[in-house]
Amino acid sequence: MKWLKASLFGAAASLALALPANAADKITLGLMTSLSGTQAILGVEIRDGIQLAIDQLGGKVGGLPVKLVIEDDQGKTDVARQLADKFVKSDKVDAAIGFLASNLMLAVYRPLVDAKMITISSNPGPSQIAGKDCSPYFFSTSWQGDNWAEAMGAYLQKKGVQNIYLMAPNYAAGKDVLTGFKRFYKGTIAGETYTPLTQLDFSAELSQIKATNPSAVFAFYPGGLGIQFIKQYAQAGLKDKLTLYTAYSIDQTTLPAIGDDALGMILTTSWAADLDNPTNKKFVQGFQAKYNRLPAPYAVHAYDTIMLLDSAVKAVGGKIEDKPALLAALRNAKIDSPRGEIRLNTNHFPIQTFYQAKVVKGADGKPSIKIEDVALKDYSDAYAAECPMK
Amino acid sequence: MSDEIGRLPGDPLSLVLEQSLNGLQLGVLLFLMSAGLTLVFGIMNLVNLAHGSLYMVGAYLCAWGYALTQSFLFGLIAGIGGALLVGLIIELGIFRRIYSGDHLDHVLATFGLTLVINDIARFIFGPAALFAKVPDFLGGQTSIFGLFAYPTYRLAIIIVGLLVAAGLSVLLQRTRLGMLIRAAASNRVMAGALGVNVTALYTFVFVLGAALAGLSGLMAGPILSVVPGMGDSVLILAFVVIVIGGLGSVQGAFIAAIMVGVIDTLGRSFLKPIFASFLDRSAADNAAPAVASMLIYILMAAVLFLRPQGLFPPKSR
Repeated sequence: MKWLKASLFGAAASLALALPANAADKITLGLMTSLSGTQAILGVEIRDGIQLAIDQLGGKVGGLPVKLVIEDDQGKTDVARQLADKFVKSDKVDAAIGFLASNLMLAVYRPLVDAKMITISSNPGPSQIAGKDCSPYFFSTSWQGDNWAEAMGAYLQKKGVQNIYLMAPNYAAGKDVLTGFKRFYKGTIAGETYTPLTQLDFSAELSQIKATNPSAVFAFYPGGLGIQFIKQYAQAGLKDKLTLYTAYSIDQTTLPAIGDDALGMILTTSWAADLDNPTNKKFVQGFQAKYNRLPAPYAVHAYDTIMLLDSAVKAVGGKIEDKPALLAALRNAKIDSPRGEIRLNTNHFPIQTFYQAKVVKGADGKPSIKIEDVALKDYSDAYAAECPMK
Repeated sequence: MSDEIGRLPGDPLSLVLEQSLNGLQLGVLLFLMSAGLTLVFGIMNLVNLAHGSLYMVGAYLCAWGYALTQSFLFGLIAGIGGALLVGLIIELGIFRRIYSGDHLDHVLATFGLTLVINDIARFIFGPAALFAKVPDFLGGQTSIFGLFAYPTYRLAIIIVGLLVAAGLSVLLQRTRLGMLIRAAASNRVMAGALGVNVTALYTFVFVLGAALAGLSGLMAGPILSVVPGMGDSVLILAFVVIVIGGLGSVQGAFIAAIMVGVIDTLGRSFLKPIFASFLDRSAADNAAPAVASMLIYILMAAVLFLRPQGLFPPKSR
């Protein structure tokens, strides 16, 4: 019932938008992200990236003044559903942007795209949305969820590393990441351990790794788990003996809490502050000036969400009420990203380059992420072929 | 390669020994959390869900104090002292008024307090994890009988935990104050009727529990991540411990904490090879962590079924 209602209301809302009576004098964006709850720190990155981009564009997107509606989904599915309804029915936003957790993205995906709401994800990229459930109304400026793990798999395959030990938390994303890793890594595997998602102490598993005696370790521990895992890995004396390769486990938000224990860790990323291009310089300098900290990749994706909209709205000359034209412009946009120029694939996910990076001591003496090598060039994802959009 | 790490591969005895140390270390951390919880429950009959917040306060203030002054001693004093002070404030300000209420009142008040303290931590220190450093003199590894290298910091946790347990045991069994506490735990109405100042005793016990939780938190800080809400997950395990040990019994909490720590750790390490001996590898990979994470709850259920009062309940209640 709720679904039906949402889509009916959505249809009505988009009809109202489609009326040519009043040409758009502003663009309303609904930003949904987690500003409270355990993931708040990443949600704040997304909000800040979006606000920086709007600031740098002089408060306008594609020449239209922006009205930004910021909403906190609290990391809760039910709240996210209500906010999606609010964006469609009462705020009547022109695009829903932001998003943080993939379970919330999946919860609001149908209500939004069925209401023909232009939806742009700054972070989650579940395989369903990249594949068979893709939608002409959905766009991603971030990644498909397997990407960084695939990049690490490709990098280790290229380096010819053998006998690797794999570790991840025991939940859907943990299994997806290891599957993504193995899509590109074809070497031997010394062992594979899934730990309960709530487990905080890894001493038993680290002892097990020592006993197994692999030649390297690949681990996926996002957020706070990554802080714990990496600190404990170093404390157990493994750091200097077994190189730790990670995906989604170290970023600019967790690095200060890990400290020097992170030095020497290898990771994959689509962006780092040291990428040498003019847009990145402007982005990093602007972000540091405005927020007094280094951005994380989430902020880059969010920044690019606004840049994508900006280029598309410009391309249609500000006539955002002409939805088919706007959709085509979004689809064909070239995003001037801090990652370099990015285009979208047929499933509306970015085609981008992934890098291998290392945590090194920065100029200020603090650990920082330094890009060393290309891991996967101009890659999109493994699911685009399943998407009916061509 | 294997010599560099400090052990020949496939030496089962030293692996079991190392994993037992890991279990012991988890156990003593849990004990420090549980000791206060079980005393407060046993004596005041108070279900204190805010006990995890005191653990968090200890971790935060130690990490903050250590980073500020570069002195671990100051961090230690800030962590324990802070938890003690917060404990004193909430006992005098809130809990004293609700002891006479029923358990639902306790749960509401103490759970609410947890949310408030978590948000205060977020407000003061931000949502990001705080950096908590292992003090330099406890960094690195120590060789255990030449068999394997064990993180010195974890060894220090074990030693501190065992010393505190011994100290608590002396306090409870050998001193007048301990006698009063045991008397109040056995029958607080009678203890009050015999002239014990129960109000002051309550405050003392609560603050003692708070300081132990703070110590537990500050020692866990450099291993785990210091974030708002870090106490909540440990609190669940601490409740498991006090239920197994017997509500109100510090001795029971000690034995149960070590049991939980060792069973959890050994389950995580050795269930997989055991399962792999009769299942195929991917089935073992999936089943072992699932069963391992259930083990302590199975233990709790078994104890509740066979001995509902816990393994070592306080005598003559």
